[in-house]
Amino acid sequence: MPVQIRVPTPLRRFTGGADVVTAEGSSLREVLDDLERKHPGLRERLLDENGELRRFVNIYINGDDVRFLDNLSSKVKDGDDISIVPAIAGGR
Amino acid sequence: MAKTSKNIIDEARSTIPELSVEEARKMIEASQAVVIDVRESDEWRQGHLPQAIPIPRGFLELRIEEKVPDRKRPIILHCASGLRSLLAARALREMGYENVYNMAGGFNAWKNAGLPWVAERQFTQEEITRYSRHFLIPEVGEKGQAKLLDSKVLLVGAGALGSPSGLYLAAAGVGTIGIVDFDVVDLSNLQRQIIHTTDRVGMLKTESAQKSINAINPGVKVIRHDVRLTSENVMQVIADYDVIINCSDNFPTRYLVNDACVFARKPLVDGAIFQFEGNATVFYPAKGGPCYRCLYPEPPPPGMAPSCAEAGVLGVLPGLIGSIQALEAIKLILGAGKPLIGWMVYFNTLGDRDFVRILRLRRDPKCPVCGDHPTQTELIDYEAFCAGVNFGANGSSQPAHT
Repeated sequence: MPVQIRVPTPLRRFTGGADVVTAEGSSLREVLDDLERKHPGLRERLLDENGELRRFVNIYINGDDVRFLDNLSSKVKDGDDISIVPAIAGGR
Repeated sequence: MAKTSKNIIDEARSTIPELSVEEARKMIEASQAVVIDVRESDEWRQGHLPQAIPIPRGFLELRIEEKVPDRKRPIILHCASGLRSLLAARALREMGYENVYNMAGGFNAWKNAGLPWVAERQFTQEEITRYSRHFLIPEVGEKGQAKLLDSKVLLVGAGALGSPSGLYLAAAGVGTIGIVDFDVVDLSNLQRQIIHTTDRVGMLKTESAQKSINAINPGVKVIRHDVRLTSENVMQVIADYDVIINCSDNFPTRYLVNDACVFARKPLVDGAIFQFEGNATVFYPAKGGPCYRCLYPEPPPPGMAPSCAEAGVLGVLPGLIGSIQALEAIKLILGAGKPLIGWMVYFNTLGDRDFVRILRLRRDPKCPVCGDHPTQTELIDYEAFCAGVNFGANGSSQPAHT
């Protein structure tokens, strides 16, 4: 089931510059696995060595933070909109 | 026979019941009566009963039905001394209002009895013209403008985000603007830091920002904080401000300001930018919203999140985000609309359909700073925290990826 993933600028070098990519899976974990197959290197920027979501990156499914859903086990369905939003510090 | 003013007053006294200020107070407190102040608007502005509705004598018959549709409802009229309102009461009687009272002695007697009253801010002629477009907006008006003029906002950083934010807050008439920055204006700043000018290269940013702010609005009081914010000075710096705007450019300052605002129970208007992307939100745990730590419990390891100095930023982008920060600060001051507490507005300005997104942010009950059982109750060493030095359970620092 294809979902859209919105990739923030700092991670677009893993997606050939694309700001929106698609991947498949029925849970967020499966989507990220598929994403890694298509865009190697991306998953490591999102997950730590224990396979948990890094604490300075948030992922939103249809605008809702997955940490307050089911984390990586959160269900995704066809057409869902996934946003990756890392902490950015810029202001000057 | 022609009547004298004394005749008219005597006649009115014989038909209109009068209340002492104490009797009026009791009726007002029991919500039994509506109070109409028939004085002119300049008299009203100098002070009035908190519950009163202003309708100048000349407009009374024209506006009373809109304000008091129920003709049986008790109405207490008053003016300054009780005479104009006494005569005005007859007109309401004629219109069929059955329970009209005059408050004897008027506002002066009320005030002299030590009863509560409030004063509207006195605007100068210059202010009336300057803020005339604000006066027209129901959410601002004279009351809102008075709130803005009485408010104190702190800008943490006079750079890309602080520039538009500071300029708009100054123009809007935020009465006191504090600016924290220890840097000087550099030529490379001017592509985006629009509060500074070419002839001020080398000048302290706080001084340059003060000049621009006062050039737009000389009525704004600027307080310069030419310091680097630290755990030692931050609580004192933010203490006097109503709203803090985070315009900083590094993680240690972002965590420092966040924690300080949580401890001081102050709203923090956050904004961040990266090339063509940016976001803004309001952190306000005291109102049930999340803080920066709820969002990002830990900063990225050094090298994993390049700064603007390393990655660049489009000049216009901070104009967009900084303006939203000014807007949110103004909403908070006015109490207008719904501030972005628990919501992040996220811009991908290279996009079309996803140019802007709204993301739901939630307070984390396990947050170490604003959670239900906080484990960190004082400020820490934020340079060390952001360098990945172990802080108990949080310290899962990662190798840098570049």
